[in-house]
Amino acid sequence: MTDENRTDRDLPERESLPRPVVKRRRVSVSLIWLIPVLAAVIALSLVVNSWLQAGPEVTISFQSAEGLDAGKTPVKYKNVVIGRVSKIRLSADRSHVLVRVALEKSAEGFATRDTRFWVVRPRIGLGGVSGIDTLLSGAFIGADVGDSKEPRDTFEGLEIPPAVNHGAPGRSFILHSDDLGSLDIGSPVYYRRIQVGRVASYQLDKDGKGVSLHIFVDGPNDRFVTTDSRFWNASGVDVSIGANGLKLNTQSLATVLGGGVAFQDPPGPHDSTPAAEDAEYKLFSERALAMAPPDGEPRYMRMRFEQSVRGLAVDAPVEFLGINIGKVVSVRLDYDEKKGRFPVVVGAVVYPQRLGSAYDKLEALAKARGERADLAQLMGPLIAHGLRAQARTGNLLTGQLYVALDFVPHTPKVAFDANATPLTIPTAPGSFDKLQEQLAGIVAKLDKIPFESIGKHLDQTLASLDSTLKQVNAQTLPAFRDTLEGVKRTMGTADDALSGDSPLQQNLNSTLQQVQRMARSLRVLTDYLGGHPEALIRGRADDKPASTPAVAPEPTVQPGQGSQP
Amino acid sequence: MNALPRAAELGLIGCHVCGLVCRDAHAAAGAAQVVACPRCGVALHRRKPASYSRTWALLIAAFIMYIPANVVPIMRTASLNDVDDNTIISGVVELWKNGSPDLAIIVFAASIVVPMLKFLALGTLLVSSRRGSNWARQQRAGLYRLVELVGYWSMLDVFVVSLLTALVRFSVLSRVEPLPGVIYFGLTVVLTMLASMSFDPRLIWDGRDTDD
Repeated sequence: MTDENRTDRDLPERESLPRPVVKRRRVSVSLIWLIPVLAAVIALSLVVNSWLQAGPEVTISFQSAEGLDAGKTPVKYKNVVIGRVSKIRLSADRSHVLVRVALEKSAEGFATRDTRFWVVRPRIGLGGVSGIDTLLSGAFIGADVGDSKEPRDTFEGLEIPPAVNHGAPGRSFILHSDDLGSLDIGSPVYYRRIQVGRVASYQLDKDGKGVSLHIFVDGPNDRFVTTDSRFWNASGVDVSIGANGLKLNTQSLATVLGGGVAFQDPPGPHDSTPAAEDAEYKLFSERALAMAPPDGEPRYMRMRFEQSVRGLAVDAPVEFLGINIGKVVSVRLDYDEKKGRFPVVVGAVVYPQRLGSAYDKLEALAKARGERADLAQLMGPLIAHGLRAQARTGNLLTGQLYVALDFVPHTPKVAFDANATPLTIPTAPGSFDKLQEQLAGIVAKLDKIPFESIGKHLDQTLASLDSTLKQVNAQTLPAFRDTLEGVKRTMGTADDALSGDSPLQQNLNSTLQQVQRMARSLRVLTDYLGGHPEALIRGRADDKPASTPAVAPEPTVQPGQGSQP
Repeated sequence: MNALPRAAELGLIGCHVCGLVCRDAHAAAGAAQVVACPRCGVALHRRKPASYSRTWALLIAAFIMYIPANVVPIMRTASLNDVDDNTIISGVVELWKNGSPDLAIIVFAASIVVPMLKFLALGTLLVSSRRGSNWARQQRAGLYRLVELVGYWSMLDVFVVSLLTALVRFSVLSRVEPLPGVIYFGLTVVLTMLASMSFDPRLIWDGRDTDD
């Protein structure tokens, strides 16, 4: 009531107040609730979006979580982020780490059976440096997807990045080798020294007797791998000291350090159709072996050497008339109870195919004779003709021996059993052994020479010679000196006699002058007689015509006998 | 309550823009009509129109937006070797761990406590006013003023992100990028402010004993 009264009372004042304008309401529905609806729609869309974006979750096991960071480390394929590590935990037995990865929706195809994951870290290898960008950005998980559609959500992470990505152009091949050598995953494959591929993986054969390598040759160079291609290990520096001397083989420097595989077609005619995917090849240890014609079936044979085979090592060559046909595979000592000696049994593997057409001809002949075309059968006649195995010195410096199959003249005949297994080849002492024997004979003969008595006699002779010399010194030499003095004196006298002012000289001089004068008067006489030959009979025409010519020669002679003119 | 007359009882209505008091014509006008101020032409209301529903709607919308604002990362700091996406909480944790607890507290207060406070305060005000409760009206009025005052401070996070984005741009070395979370957070703050604006504090005083 009071309220009403008040209202009534105030009414006049209210009437004086202005009257508001009354307009039509434009919108009657309250739109304010659109805002929370909109917000809800946004929030819902976020949820839906994230739900739609969320791809499969996979678990990858790694040896270590080094460099991985939950919530941060991305998973990349071709450098595109396809997921992120969401959680890292240890496995139940603490042997490895389990990395939970949330893949994106678009990467659903990665949760399949043959997808591979690995951690990309900076790696510095001999082949080069990889993942250097991860030094700054941190490690990430690399992925490579295969063809499989079979879904899978647990994976075994690779510790080493795969050398080949799935779907890369090229082909893979399988190589069989005795050992891995210095090869590793990622080792280069060379064709004419150009890198055309790499080693993708390797594993031991099931029986553990060899290694199988998977190599991948990138397209388009994979067409150079033909059905006849030969592969060899170009790893490192191949230094071999064999009977052939020192041998050093290298490829490029990187290969020397890191190892590699090289391939090439053999020289000569060959099948050059490109090889099929996953074709299998033998990996040779060196180029020369790879390029050699195929060896065919190896044959084992055995040789018993009676003498020392120092210097004969496993892998020493076996040569037939200088052609390498095989190698030594074992050198073992045996004991011969009957003779009480120690023969050395050398096992060797030979490849008859290496004999080439000679083998083919022998084979044909054997067939023509109706025998089995077996190496043992073929050997029979050859051995009858003097074929013997010899351990010869291949290298005088190192003393390396090799086994030579050669026809040795004048060898004693031996029984040969062609059916015995293993095939045993009779041996003959090698040339060096012969030389040794001859030298020994010479030494024995030298030994027989009585050096001792010769020495004694020589000693005595020398002693008597010594006494003789002493005598010579004591007696003969003083006498000799006296003689020499006498000679000296004689020489002095002679010297005096010959000097310029000696009487002998003067006498001689005057004698010569008189001879000169006499010669002059003789000339006068001969001139006179030339003009007056009658003077010989009548004498000089003026006073003594007859006597003068008769007397005249006498005085001419007289002065010659020392008369003074 | 004392029996002070209310404007509605006196048949008066005040323009909330120009302050002109005029006669209440709401009764005369039909539901399809708007009563406008004769001087400035703005619509006249006894109370802010649909205050409850608007405040509720905005508050709910803000709360919905608050969820992605906290879940979605708001900022990406990329340095040379590291890319780091941070949500509000992870940013606070990181600040705390990295030895700036003071900053962590500030960010925590501005980004977590203040919005939560606003939700709680406005919710309480809405519920209690709707029920016409007489409980602690003075304090509730104080609470409302606090909500109004503190409202814009929650934009701190948004400012931090936008400032850092503008300042830290050393291409490779380090980079700060805003992420969608900051938009949701901004929306939350804006919506809560709108909600507190659309709430009419006079409703606090409209007791059960009075008709609206």
